[in-house]
Amino acid sequence: MTAEHVNINLPEGSIEKKTTRLNLGPTHPATHGVFQNILEMDGERIVHAESTVGYIHRAFEKLAERRPLYQITTLTDRLNYCSSPLNNMGWHLTCEKLLGITTPKRVDYLRVIIMELARITDHLICNSIVGVDTGAYTGFLYVMQYRELAYEIYEEVCGSRLTTNMGRIGGFERDFSDAAFKKIEKFLEEFPGVWREFENLFTRNRIFIERTVGTGAISAERALNYSFTGPNLRAAGVDYDVRVHSPYSSYEDFEFQIPVGKTGDNYDRFMVRNEEIWQSLSIIRQAYQKIQNMKGADATVYHADAPEYYLPAKKDVYTKMEALIYHFKIVMGETDIPVGEVYSCVEGGNGELGFYLISDGGRSPFRLHFRRPCFIYYQAYAEIVKGAMLTDAIVTMSSLNLIAGEMDA
Amino acid sequence: MPLTHAYINEQLTAHLSEKLIAWEESYGMASATVQADHNLKTLTFLHDEPSLGFQFMTDITAVHYPDRKGEELAVVYHLHNLVENIRLRIKVFVPVASPNVYTATGLFSGANWMERETFDFYGVNFIGHPDLRRVLNVDEMDYFPLRKEYPLEDQTRIDKDDEMFGR
Repeated sequence: MTAEHVNINLPEGSIEKKTTRLNLGPTHPATHGVFQNILEMDGERIVHAESTVGYIHRAFEKLAERRPLYQITTLTDRLNYCSSPLNNMGWHLTCEKLLGITTPKRVDYLRVIIMELARITDHLICNSIVGVDTGAYTGFLYVMQYRELAYEIYEEVCGSRLTTNMGRIGGFERDFSDAAFKKIEKFLEEFPGVWREFENLFTRNRIFIERTVGTGAISAERALNYSFTGPNLRAAGVDYDVRVHSPYSSYEDFEFQIPVGKTGDNYDRFMVRNEEIWQSLSIIRQAYQKIQNMKGADATVYHADAPEYYLPAKKDVYTKMEALIYHFKIVMGETDIPVGEVYSCVEGGNGELGFYLISDGGRSPFRLHFRRPCFIYYQAYAEIVKGAMLTDAIVTMSSLNLIAGEMDA
Repeated sequence: MPLTHAYINEQLTAHLSEKLIAWEESYGMASATVQADHNLKTLTFLHDEPSLGFQFMTDITAVHYPDRKGEELAVVYHLHNLVENIRLRIKVFVPVASPNVYTATGLFSGANWMERETFDFYGVNFIGHPDLRRVLNVDEMDYFPLRKEYPLEDQTRIDKDDEMFGR
């Protein structure tokens, strides 16, 4: 904290004669995460904000320099923990780009299902929290049971729920079980009705509209200058989406639309996320259909042929020499990574999640840098809330979808 | 005419001549190494030249190469032309003893925290930055933790053998 903004001259006609300093955070119930804002208040109005982050910094980039590739997946879980599988897949795609592994179509489609499911859970939390912060708690609890169902799908696929560590380099650790497909079907069947109802509660709700329209706005120029990505940038009217601009995991095979907003305010951000959920549902349906239509060997494959990085089946380890060797080398982290330098990115829950990976031929990355979208766009918060009411600043904070885990790495 | 790597290379060579030290393309992305004191000039040129239009700063970070004497720190910029959808990596190398480069905050507001993070972990001094403080680590910290001389694990531990586990 600096002393320079203590005596801010208040405008003519200000009721308060001097500003009040308010500490919003680091553990404030309205911030939904561990970060602090030191606000200089003129009554209810913010005249200056200073954001402090780093309270849960866990040195992931340093840790990654000592770990073999497959152990880094667990670090990516803990970035944006509202959509961990998306980060996991982003990391696997980065490794595959460096290692030159191409994955079968079925793996791509299974990944797409999981990634879009993760996007839904991410947006679902964000939008329902915006609801909570504008005074509507019911919607949050109501849709939460469907996040639960999505987490059950994760559980069927990989065994865990929040920090998923899902998938491996080259594909998935095992094929999706019938129970997983049943649960995906159930989700596709039941969730749209629930989400429609949630949407009806908000999108034309007068209280909600008055709280969100025109608050927390950022123009397209400023958003681009601040390196915004994801729904926040699209809400300002720029149709940049990594899934379309540089398709990965066979996204080019799917029909979907990129919703864009106009004003970049809280309402537009809410609406963009809302529409993205519908698009994600449509993508999941298409991917599920494509998987169902597969025949023969294509219909059972769930990983690429990459023996140096993909763990062999346990029964092969006991009976086959090669499998035993690969198993040992992978588990002990003995596999050398080829020399190279890649930047790979995916459309994460809240923007372009990038991985900048440099390998010098050792067992672990020489350098790994995460481009964390919300760390980058959070710096605009002080500019966005300047002159706003405190209550609007809270809504802005939730509608930007700030995840402390991702911000602090 | 779509923007190509060859055209970017041609433009940069014409604009920077010998200040453009290296040019390589790997994994679909072009990477240009420029002289350290020309980092801002290069970024400004790429930003302002209409036929290039690299107006989106994706990422700024640094890499520490302790073995490259006299140019231990690399500051890496990832730029994106969203219209043509082409990415470009710009690198500058600076000595760890005087890691000075010019700030890009005048061009990109988003560079502010990215540069603060780079300063925080590598100690790169961005000349002209409006608020060059640590961002993720505590203010009292007196070293730059991502530099390679700081080992990750406690060196007094004897129960782990580096020969067998990890780097």
